[in-house]
Amino acid sequence: MMPVPVNDAASLLLVLAVLLPILGLCAMLGLRGLHPERVARVAVPLGVALAVAVLVEVWTGGQALHYTLGDWEPPLGLRLRADGLSAVMLVLSAVIILAAALFSQRQFRTPEGIAGDTRAPFTFWSMLMAMWSALNLVFLGEDLFNFFVALELLTFSAVTLVCLDGRTATLHAALRYLLFALLGSVLYLLGVALIYGRYGVLDIGLLHELVQADPVTLAAVAMMTVGLMAKASLFPLHLWLPPAHAGAPPAASAVLSALVVKAPFFLILRLWFDLLPPLPSPLAGQLLAALGAGAILLCSLVALRQARLKLLIAYSTVAQIGYLFLMFPLAAGPLAFWETIGWTGGVLQLVSHAFAKAAMFLAAGLIAETLGHDRIGEFAGLARRLPVAVAAFALAGLSLMGLPPSGGFNAKLLLLSAAAASGQWWIAAVILAGGMLAAGYVFRVLGAAMADGPAGEAGGPPSPLARQLVVLALALVAVALGFVPLQPFALLGIGREVLP
Amino acid sequence: MSEPFALLLTLLVLLTAGWIVTVRERRAAVFGFIAYGLLLALVWIRLAAVDVALTEAAIGGGATGVLLLRVSARLGSIRGMSAPPGLATRWIAGVLCAGVSLALMALVLALPDPAPSLAAAAMEPIGRTGLGNPVTAVLLAYRALDTFLEIIVLLLALIGVWSLGADRFWGGEPAAWRTGPPSPALVFLARVLPPFGIVIAGYLFWIGADEPGGKFQASTILAAMWLLAMMAGLAPPPRTGARGLRAALVAGPLVFLAIGFAGLWWADGFLAYPDAFAKPLIILIEAALAVSIVAALALMVAGPAERLPRR
Repeated sequence: MMPVPVNDAASLLLVLAVLLPILGLCAMLGLRGLHPERVARVAVPLGVALAVAVLVEVWTGGQALHYTLGDWEPPLGLRLRADGLSAVMLVLSAVIILAAALFSQRQFRTPEGIAGDTRAPFTFWSMLMAMWSALNLVFLGEDLFNFFVALELLTFSAVTLVCLDGRTATLHAALRYLLFALLGSVLYLLGVALIYGRYGVLDIGLLHELVQADPVTLAAVAMMTVGLMAKASLFPLHLWLPPAHAGAPPAASAVLSALVVKAPFFLILRLWFDLLPPLPSPLAGQLLAALGAGAILLCSLVALRQARLKLLIAYSTVAQIGYLFLMFPLAAGPLAFWETIGWTGGVLQLVSHAFAKAAMFLAAGLIAETLGHDRIGEFAGLARRLPVAVAAFALAGLSLMGLPPSGGFNAKLLLLSAAAASGQWWIAAVILAGGMLAAGYVFRVLGAAMADGPAGEAGGPPSPLARQLVVLALALVAVALGFVPLQPFALLGIGREVLP
Repeated sequence: MSEPFALLLTLLVLLTAGWIVTVRERRAAVFGFIAYGLLLALVWIRLAAVDVALTEAAIGGGATGVLLLRVSARLGSIRGMSAPPGLATRWIAGVLCAGVSLALMALVLALPDPAPSLAAAAMEPIGRTGLGNPVTAVLLAYRALDTFLEIIVLLLALIGVWSLGADRFWGGEPAAWRTGPPSPALVFLARVLPPFGIVIAGYLFWIGADEPGGKFQASTILAAMWLLAMMAGLAPPPRTGARGLRAALVAGPLVFLAIGFAGLWWADGFLAYPDAFAKPLIILIEAALAVSIVAALALMVAGPAERLPRR
């Protein structure tokens, strides 16, 4: 039986983590004179502090935090819950958003001498706030319909950011993204409706006790999974991602690739590990892993052939998402899933990819600003012009390739060991091949940038050092994750064994 | 409602859906969609879900219909960006859709009967809210967070629409319906209908506490009345940067949050209401939300700013 959740001061942090960004959004929308970037300067540090406080609270307390909203217990009411994994995701989001906000303070500043707000800064900051709130709700929610609302918030804010510059090409990309995302929403909602029709409750903890592997349940979870796959851009539903992530402003691309596609993946994890009973057949997990393998191999190959840096990074995102889906067959076995190295490796891949990819997109933003383009073929001389940005790109690339020391290395080593230990050699082969291909596309960019050439002189003034250091810091975190121990972490297990 | 009527209704819904998908002309498809929304509303009445029926008629048929009509008018004679899909693609899509529909039908038949439901559980503590309509209790008490965030989704959609305008027009007026002088019939309607609309909206709003109805349906009617006045040129659309409009947009969410957080002091936590004042507080939240919903819906149809703001 679950412990009775108590609404104490510590668990109120969860409510604040979801609502603080919304308050920021309301301040930006309601009071034009405040200027959105100034509101963000207050809201972002506060949000980071909240996320860190939740992590500290969960870590030191050794158990999950719960907050029952309005004191209405599920199944009637809603609940927020932070276990070890959610706390890690909260802090990850907060740090990436902090970096994106620091990077964008100058780019999206309301011009001097204007009393009200202006289009691009207002849209950027308000949507960043909404997206943050949606992410936090995905990581803290416990109710299938509540997740749907979070996904809607996420979709509307993400799509708007994609077409922020208003060019025909980005509008086209945003519209395509919207159609894929709405298809995903419809499938997800159909699944939720079937689950409610079958069990009459939507709280994950309650469902966990009721659920049976009957056709209706499996069909519902399958539909929800496909819907979430479209939103997470798992191969072959990835077609919308490259133009969308390559067309958004750099800070938005960083958040989209690092966090927004991870949110639906996080929900797939919750469905498969927290809601469903252990499946009688391993076939479904193998199928997801096969799609992941397809993403790794095909999209890495496509990334190799890209002429533009931002598109290359976007295709790399699709490939790296593929690794996450290798978790499903690798976390199976006699152990509890959170004690397997397969699960730990997957979570580490999620976190280190977030840092590495955010660093890469921001570095690409600096490069495009300085050169006025992002055509890899004309990068010769770049390393002399923007040494810090190129170094950050290289360090982030280390993690994507899976070379030590980096978070990506540890993640891929854990996944590889899990694949070898369970005799799933084809997965091991895919992980190795994916690393080689990633090395191919990363070195293609570095090789071009290191060459001697005219890019050293042309274009606008170099970016301020502070912005370059933000990018470097993100890449260094991706590297530093290479020093975490190669074993399941106690933190990620907190709150798992007493799953509500 | 009798069985033959239900069968006829089902047939009509299917035929209208087929019409929307197959008809060539854009406006005809939109009219089909509006009719489809009204038919679905009848289906919900047949299923004794009057709240859903009212929402479907107001949002699915009404608001979405107006939005689509406006889009259709603005697109004018523009054709699609890419070539229409070939016969093979359409066949594959059709077969896939039919397969999913058939699978869904089979699954619905496989659901337990009687269906497990929280309907009884939702009635049990309803006394604590002072409400009589369990749907309102779900929306404003049990699952208040969902409702709060759905309003934020509406605001995001509006900001998304605004962001599609040009930089220099930001904060200016939406160019609502400038294609020519409004027809006398429209002006007449815009003078006659609003008083009735306001009364009906007020009634729907008030009975929502105990009977089917509520802020969302009422707000849609009010927004429609406002749009009618704008279309007829009787009321100019507000500047998207106007201080009053911005305040109206955030009024609902802020009142909701303020009362939600006050629950930490006067009740058992965030979004909890003290039993004695639950109903007045809920009505206060609904009233504030209605202001925001009317503003958001009307401005969303009006579109992004297309005239220079007055500095």
